[in-house]
Amino acid sequence: MAGPGRRGVREDFREIVRLVQPGARVLDVGCGEGELLEMLGREKQADGRGLEISPEGVSACLARGLAVVQGDADSDLDYFPARAFDYAVLSQTLPQVRQPRHVLSELLRIGERAIVSLPNFGHWRVRLDLLSKGRMPVTNALAAPWWSTPNIHLCTVRDFTELCIDLGLVIESCAALANGRPARPIDPHRPLENWRAESAIFLLTRAPSRPPG
Amino acid sequence: MSDGGTAADFIETHAGLTTFPAGASLRLDSGGAIEGLQVAYNTYGTLNADRSNAALVCHALSMDQHAASRHPSTGKPGWWSQVIGPGAPLDTNRLYVICQNVIAGCGGSTGPSSIDPATGEPYGLSFPMITVADMVRAQAMLLDALGIDQLFCVIGGSMGGMQVLQWAADFPERLFAAVCIAAAPRHSAQNIAFHEVGRQAIMADPDWRGGEYARCGVRPEKGLAVARMAAHITYLSEAALQRKFGRELQRDGLSWGFDADFQVESYLRHQGAAFVDRFDANSYLYITRALDYFDVAAAHGGILAEAFRRARDVRFCVFSFTSDWLYPTGESRQIVRALNAAGARASFVEIESDKGHDAFLLDEPVLHAALAGFISSAGQARGL
Repeated sequence: MAGPGRRGVREDFREIVRLVQPGARVLDVGCGEGELLEMLGREKQADGRGLEISPEGVSACLARGLAVVQGDADSDLDYFPARAFDYAVLSQTLPQVRQPRHVLSELLRIGERAIVSLPNFGHWRVRLDLLSKGRMPVTNALAAPWWSTPNIHLCTVRDFTELCIDLGLVIESCAALANGRPARPIDPHRPLENWRAESAIFLLTRAPSRPPG
Repeated sequence: MSDGGTAADFIETHAGLTTFPAGASLRLDSGGAIEGLQVAYNTYGTLNADRSNAALVCHALSMDQHAASRHPSTGKPGWWSQVIGPGAPLDTNRLYVICQNVIAGCGGSTGPSSIDPATGEPYGLSFPMITVADMVRAQAMLLDALGIDQLFCVIGGSMGGMQVLQWAADFPERLFAAVCIAAAPRHSAQNIAFHEVGRQAIMADPDWRGGEYARCGVRPEKGLAVARMAAHITYLSEAALQRKFGRELQRDGLSWGFDADFQVESYLRHQGAAFVDRFDANSYLYITRALDYFDVAAAHGGILAEAFRRARDVRFCVFSFTSDWLYPTGESRQIVRALNAAGARASFVEIESDKGHDAFLLDEPVLHAALAGFISSAGQARGL
């Protein structure tokens, strides 16, 4: 899966590991070959599980001793019972699913919190590329040309923030990633951040249910 | 069925036969019990000092305990020689691999062709009906006799996979890891239907003699061969049959009769004839019945996740094959769904293969690599 800055550890992984509480139960949706789950186990003693679409990815995870189910974020999240995890993680995968809205709601059915990272289509370089060249942008966060990208539902930080509001989700924190630099906490509602963030990581939770009466 | 590698020639095998004393009877789901139970098994590798490296291999309907060594009557390599052996996924340099002939089988464990101590004659149809849970209970008795409290791993394909599920439901505390391949949590209407065809073929053979053929000195070979031919089709796939045989003829030109004109006919006839040499017709009836009765959720209010509720500490790995229409991927997904709902540590891989249900017995490098990865990482976690 194309992610920002393939050099060494993916920067969004660093930030995800930082966000997760020690000993948490974590579901990594689209876990690839299990690098993040392994980091979470090693650094946060997390009890990790994965969902991965490719059999090769699942096999690689098995060899690492990880518990991973072959399946598809669009159709197979209903395998998992409600609130089975402290965190459901979706790193750089949301633009690749057929039903992002459904997948996002599922993440917060399964997990107490969701951690979602995504490339920002509102980044200034993306806007400039499209404006000046009239072509689909190719950037660090969007590395593949339009005809081979797995992304089918690209969005901006603003779009995603509005979807969260629409679904009644609370953004507990948000951090921007730009190539090679450590994650920077941002207020995703500020229009300027939608220009500056190459990609963003959101920590989400369900809105608190109203007190009875 | 494929012929395995040559490793089978060299693997050291211990063939065991345990007869349980009177008083240690096997209680059966059907209400009765088997006294003087005998179980035949093979072992490969060495049991370690703390008895923590035992892997139980559960065999499929038409197999037996000769999983990794030459079959004494056919001379063929073990049916899982590619999976069991030095350096294989079930590495006999590190693991003590046990494979027991299921009860009601015909490989030396007590079955309908055994002598009923009460009459001195073969049981025939007076043999009690048995279930998959009974098979598993007999395996647990063998482990007790071998002094093994907990298995490092229980593993099996097809009916073997169903035994694995039954193990997880009945004796989860005796398992560290469990691998279920190409199986289902219950027999479907289609599964029962095919088995019924097989049973009717056997019972329609005049030499079946109401199940008392052994006393009459005959065998219902034609009926058993037809049962095997019908079943064998369900183990393959349309694509595999087409690739192997197409419409190829045995000889030039048609016979304009009912000889085996087509290669696929000749192949099936051969499968039927070879099976008759190594399998007992009544065993086939009893074991197919046990499979039809199989529904691991039934004892748990019909809720599969409840069957696995006590197995949450077991490391599970479930495999299915894309072209398996006998136990399709959807069945394995139900198992995985229930394991997840029970909070168990479940992994699942659907292997791309056009070889049908029998893919688990064949050369499937993706399966073998994934198995090796799962088993070796579980071994590390177990300190093996």
